[in-house]
Amino acid sequence: MRTCRRSACTRSVPVMETDDPQKIWARLAGLTPARIGLGRAGSFLPTRAVLRFGLDHAQARDAVHTPMDADAVAEAIGALGLGTLRAASRAPDRASYLRRPDLGRRLAPEDRAALEASEGGADLALVVADGLSARAVHEGAAPLLAAFAPHAERAGWRLAPVVVAAQARVALGDEIGAALRARAVAVLIGERPGLSSPDSLGIYLTLAPRVGRSDAERNCISNVRAAGLTHDRAAFRLAWLLERALALGLTGVRLKDESDRALASGGTAAAVEDASRA
Amino acid sequence: MAYRHVVGPRTHVFADLAALMAKATPVRSGDRLAGLAAESAEENAAAKWCLAEVPIAEILARPLIPYEADDVTRLILDTHDANAFAEIGHLTVGDFREFLLTASSGTLARIAPAVTPEIAAAVSKIMRNQDLIAVARKARIVTRFRNTIGLPGTLAVRLQPNHPTDDPAGITAAILDGLSLGCGDAVIGINPASDSVQALGDLLHLLDEMIQRHAIPTQGCVLTHVTTTLEAMERGLPVDLVFQSIAGTQAANASFGVTLSVLKEAHEAMLALKRGTLGDNGLYFETGQGSALSADAHHGIDQQTLEARAYAVARVFRPLLVNTVVGFIGPEYLYDGKEIIRAGLEDHFCGKLMGVPLGVDVCYTNHAEADQDDMDTLLTLLGAAGCTYIMGVPGADDVMLNYQSTSFHDALYLREVLGLKRAPEFEAWLQGIGLTDGQGALLPGPAGLPLLGSAPGLAA
Repeated sequence: MRTCRRSACTRSVPVMETDDPQKIWARLAGLTPARIGLGRAGSFLPTRAVLRFGLDHAQARDAVHTPMDADAVAEAIGALGLGTLRAASRAPDRASYLRRPDLGRRLAPEDRAALEASEGGADLALVVADGLSARAVHEGAAPLLAAFAPHAERAGWRLAPVVVAAQARVALGDEIGAALRARAVAVLIGERPGLSSPDSLGIYLTLAPRVGRSDAERNCISNVRAAGLTHDRAAFRLAWLLERALALGLTGVRLKDESDRALASGGTAAAVEDASRA
Repeated sequence: MAYRHVVGPRTHVFADLAALMAKATPVRSGDRLAGLAAESAEENAAAKWCLAEVPIAEILARPLIPYEADDVTRLILDTHDANAFAEIGHLTVGDFREFLLTASSGTLARIAPAVTPEIAAAVSKIMRNQDLIAVARKARIVTRFRNTIGLPGTLAVRLQPNHPTDDPAGITAAILDGLSLGCGDAVIGINPASDSVQALGDLLHLLDEMIQRHAIPTQGCVLTHVTTTLEAMERGLPVDLVFQSIAGTQAANASFGVTLSVLKEAHEAMLALKRGTLGDNGLYFETGQGSALSADAHHGIDQQTLEARAYAVARVFRPLLVNTVVGFIGPEYLYDGKEIIRAGLEDHFCGKLMGVPLGVDVCYTNHAEADQDDMDTLLTLLGAAGCTYIMGVPGADDVMLNYQSTSFHDALYLREVLGLKRAPEFEAWLQGIGLTDGQGALLPGPAGLPLLGSAPGLAA
């Protein structure tokens, strides 16, 4: 850094030795996903930035309001060799779903009966739920399950048929898990879309599921998407948490997620890659 | 005691004051979710008529949550200024509205300690948006730490440089962006992704060094849990403002893991550090309608009244900044742009009437029926209402918290349209380093040139 050398300059202004401001801003913009260095038209955003924002908001809105294509999701999961079941919450449509979170947490009565009639007693019930982003489910649910299946096979866990659930909140998994009489439930759910992340999937693991479990009794893996936490890493983390949960008999705030540490050690990292190749 | 109001052949009955206030509230999804909202438009209108006839002394005498059951109620009643109340104690809610509309700034300052949150909420429910704006505009609450916030004709901005993984270089880049667009006088405040004390320490040092290096007349804050900040202060880390989210009931505060005594302890620790140069208003609170219902701690009271009770908690600690995060909580509490706009104006009015330096995080999530046009509307109305500060988020997109707030550019817009200035010390600093002219307008030329020496990875 040095001071301004121009003779007309009366202030001591630090400027960069080599980089011009445009280059500096380009480098700064590369340091964060935040929308910095946008420039300005007087006091206002340049047209390009306004249009970019509008497009991103439109995509996030579509992610919330596009209905889940349950047939396609079930087909993709079936292609992995996993059985599937269907369920819906008590929220009849998107508008009710958004206004009444309580309805999204409870199973439609006929679906509960159907689930109870199925063969129960699995180690893990997997629920694929639309949540607030069907797009996240369309793009991420099957790849995540594909990455997880080898972990389950290696551990010898018995999996219940994957339940594809519509108009679902996280807590719907409690009732589904209980109806299937599973030891634990993992809900793969479309997260509330951010402007820059309309495709983010969250995973919530709850041991001994039953209606009334609180969020403090769950473990969460969030931001699962191509540009965030990869499917392989998310699957590894879920397997790590489930193994500990079954051994310790708990999930939630008392089960600390130290899977990063396990991942950092060579052997387990190799296990992730093995699993993803298997 | 039940309240009644007759409309033609029908008598509307309201079981008690809590029910009356809930049914008089402009309808919103959170009160519906709680089963408290008016069930018809007429019931809503009848409740407003009925509430307008209730003496405010009666509201004071009938706590919505019993004194014995809730420490926020105890705080409200124990700190109530009976002398100041003498000036307004004879009024009904309807009379009080007219009193406020014709009161001077001096009168509003005098009666502020006599206004309980329930009284503020009650009168707000029978006020139109223009009433909320006109009265709030007259209320002036000035606070100081390293600069002066809340002077007439000013609007401050919290620079919010969040990053999804707390990356120091990324956060620094966002701070430079905000400063170069003339934002950051309220506070440079980071919401950390991590809640560890180690991560907190790194961010506190980053803020402290940035503020010292450029001699910025502002304050820093890492918005983490108050107990973590207490630990940071014990370890000698450079804490300027102490932050905490608060709510309007003891049980809701408990769900945030906070008690009044912990807040008192943190307040005293902040005072002992003496890091404010112009004043000792060193606390920063965030609030928002719906938090009590969300925590199942609402006692059958509508969400707007509970929000005003949170300002009573804030008020006793003489904070520098308090803001409602109005549209963050989601459409189950505030469904669309109309509900968010109304709530933002109500919250700002109630806070100002109670003497609290209220700012507003004008914001929404992608599952709410709202967009940038709604935010422009609320932002402009709040500018007219004399809002203490707004948020400045790069491009209005918070990439850590996943919601849309207001941007650095939004602040520039509001200044241009309404002629609003920054905190005077900050305004002078911007001019001194050559970023703005004598009127506070950004000078043409490359953005933030005088600051780029501290660009990460670029400094020689």
